[in-house]
Amino acid sequence: MYRLLLCTRYLRTRFIALASIISVMLGVATMIVVNSVMSGFSYEMRTRINGILADVDIETNSLNGEADAQQLMARARAVTGDRIEAISATVEVFGLLHFRRGGQWIPRPVTLVGIDPEAESKVSPLQGHLDSFRDIVEDGVVTRRKLRPEGASPNWELTDEALAYRTAWKERQRLFFQPTSSDVDPFDEQPAEQLMPEEPVFDSGEPRGTPNFDEISSEPQQLGTLATANAISAEKPGPAAGPANVTNQGFEWVSQDDDGSQKIIQTSATQEAELAGSDRGADDPFQNLMVPDELIEADAAGNTESDVDAPLHGRLYIGAGLVEILREDPRTGGVQLERMVHPGDDVKISTVSAGSPPEPRHFFATVVDVYKSGMSEYDANLVFCNLEYLQEMRGMIDPQSGKGAVTTLKIRLKDYEDAPDVVRSLQNAFPPHLFTVRTWEQKQGPLLAAVDIEAAILNVLLFLIIAVAGFGILAIFYMIVVEKTRDIGILKALGASSRGVMTIFLSYGLALGLVGSGVGAVLGLLFVRYINEIEALLAIIMGRKVFDERIYYFPSIPTQVNAFMVISVALGAIVIAVLASVLPARRASRLHPVQALRYE
Amino acid sequence: MPAFPQPSTNDASTRHLSAVAIEKVYMKGQHRIPVLRGVEMHAHRGEFLSIVGQSGSGKSTLLHLMGLLDQPTVGEVRLRCEGADGAPTETLRVDNLPPATRDVIRNRVFGFIFQFYHLLPELNVLENVLAPLMIRDSAMKYWKNRREYRDQANAIIEQVELSHRLKHRPSELSGGEMQRAAIARALVARPEILLADEPTGNLDAQTGRGIMDLLCSLNEDHGLTIVMVTHDDAIAEQSHRIVRLANGNVERLEKAAA
Repeated sequence: MYRLLLCTRYLRTRFIALASIISVMLGVATMIVVNSVMSGFSYEMRTRINGILADVDIETNSLNGEADAQQLMARARAVTGDRIEAISATVEVFGLLHFRRGGQWIPRPVTLVGIDPEAESKVSPLQGHLDSFRDIVEDGVVTRRKLRPEGASPNWELTDEALAYRTAWKERQRLFFQPTSSDVDPFDEQPAEQLMPEEPVFDSGEPRGTPNFDEISSEPQQLGTLATANAISAEKPGPAAGPANVTNQGFEWVSQDDDGSQKIIQTSATQEAELAGSDRGADDPFQNLMVPDELIEADAAGNTESDVDAPLHGRLYIGAGLVEILREDPRTGGVQLERMVHPGDDVKISTVSAGSPPEPRHFFATVVDVYKSGMSEYDANLVFCNLEYLQEMRGMIDPQSGKGAVTTLKIRLKDYEDAPDVVRSLQNAFPPHLFTVRTWEQKQGPLLAAVDIEAAILNVLLFLIIAVAGFGILAIFYMIVVEKTRDIGILKALGASSRGVMTIFLSYGLALGLVGSGVGAVLGLLFVRYINEIEALLAIIMGRKVFDERIYYFPSIPTQVNAFMVISVALGAIVIAVLASVLPARRASRLHPVQALRYE
Repeated sequence: MPAFPQPSTNDASTRHLSAVAIEKVYMKGQHRIPVLRGVEMHAHRGEFLSIVGQSGSGKSTLLHLMGLLDQPTVGEVRLRCEGADGAPTETLRVDNLPPATRDVIRNRVFGFIFQFYHLLPELNVLENVLAPLMIRDSAMKYWKNRREYRDQANAIIEQVELSHRLKHRPSELSGGEMQRAAIARALVARPEILLADEPTGNLDAQTGRGIMDLLCSLNEDHGLTIVMVTHDDAIAEQSHRIVRLANGNVERLEKAAA
């Protein structure tokens, strides 16, 4: 009884004990906060990676892929029973993405994934990562509503906004390039300028990718002249657009003109074309100006149905990280995220064909959507393309059967617990020299392991903090024992046993640990609960954002509180506090009562 | 008129607490510092005994040895134990008992009073007085008996005239009050022997006299055996018998009254 009484009394009257409590408290709170944030990050990352990757991937070892996707899928389903939820057959190949910015083409290395959005969205939440399917939120305010109706599934159609944007920049391009030709009489061109916005439909079937493609390979002036030629052709409400040879058509339009200035253009265009043609050493100068045949065919075919502003046949979802840069606003000084490519823009893709040896293939494609998963590793790497078009471009379609080859089967399982089993049976069914079968965790093994190790090391370091607090308790307790020497002597004179005295100090340590870790746990949990508010407060005080969502991709700091973690941290702190009080308690219990009493 | 008859100094059967041929040597590094050199002393039941001596004569050490706070180098401390439930009364050697047993004896048989009061500063008067009872019982048992104990403590505090100071901390009390609180604490466990180490040493003459009156009345009214250490002959005069220590040995025995 006296132990309890003295213990609580010491706790209440010793301010120095408060220091021990605070040190334990801070240690516990820090550990809980850091652990929660770490596991929040880790959890968020895992779910995001898992959201991007399918549960199990079957990849062919060659870039050529395996010819019959249906047969592969059937085989996969056959060996795994009914454990597969969905399969998406895709083509994965490296490539280059080129997009225009500041008058030049910027290349980015990418992983090109040919998908069927319908099938893909069954194996991974593709929809949730596409820009047009979600609201854009900035600083907690919705700045743009989602552009697609609720419940729509991903497809390759452009949104109305993207189409409007596309029309706008097409027009701007035409308007922009027209006056650059100094030889053109400005008065002569006036009707054209007025006409253009209203009547883009009159344009011929000229692939709009043509000038872009040429720009990269020849002089900028050439682009200007060619564009002018295009613009002029657009003004003419003449013959119906048709699948004609673009080069001829463009030339024809110009040559048909009676106007003198137009002829000048014709001449210059021809000269430029010849120049480029001689550079390339090809026979037909006009042919050489143009994109490869398959492109022309494809685009020409597409444009028979609609106008020149219609999106190309190649459609893409491009990773946000590929086209976004953080730029400092010179006026406000704030960092802003700038997107260099928008849905509706055309970009160029370079990749290699199937077959041996692989040959470079280039094609233009229209960006349908921006893909943003929150994992920068993927956002800065992935470009999704429509599967058939990619197969076509890469020559993966078997001319006899018409079946397209695929390189990767993405599998979503009904229950991820089955993954090891499924992988085993798939490995048996798909010969290892042709296929690699892996779960997403195996694919991301090093990254996940690194995160785990990071968390473990952090935990060890943080536990050292509590150990430091433990030594603080030890020192403070020693002091208290010295201070209480006389009291210990009195207690012994009154008949208290050594063990009793020891118990006082041990339970004192226990009480400090309990109070410290209890308050610390509450404090830590509160901190975790209001971490974003605290972050906002810090941002106000420091004048800049501590946690920039544009860098971390998370709208707020992710946290995950694990009850087991909290309890074990609190228990660990209590154990350390008790251990730290063992030495002082032993010293107290061994004090000789006479010596203790002599102490004044 | 004392309530109890004056005990005879020679009667072995009335010996309550005895120090038999006690030697105590302290080691200071390599040096042996003998403090007591074969002290033989008996306190009889109901006797008020004073031990007087110069500073460093070993009188406090002797008291500590007799109160089982320390162990003699040579010699024995004997205690006459009343046989409970008809068991024979016998005199036992107590200094060599295991520590736990000595703790119990200290708690039940002895009451201590010190020169510097030695109250626990964190506890108020009532809690200080209750301390020996708390030490005696487990928390459960104490909780069960707490009312009885509180009454007991209140009665004793009443006796030492401190009822108005129950909830005060020792730091809020005067020296005399603190000593009276210490006496109450020594008495609450109903000890057989009261060991007082310079109980008036830190008090002014008048307060000291009050304390001495209290001790005398306890001795007379309740037959409490009191062994008191003091350096003040005037104080020692009030006891039945004086043992004078010099150089670690008993100088002479004399009757205080003589």
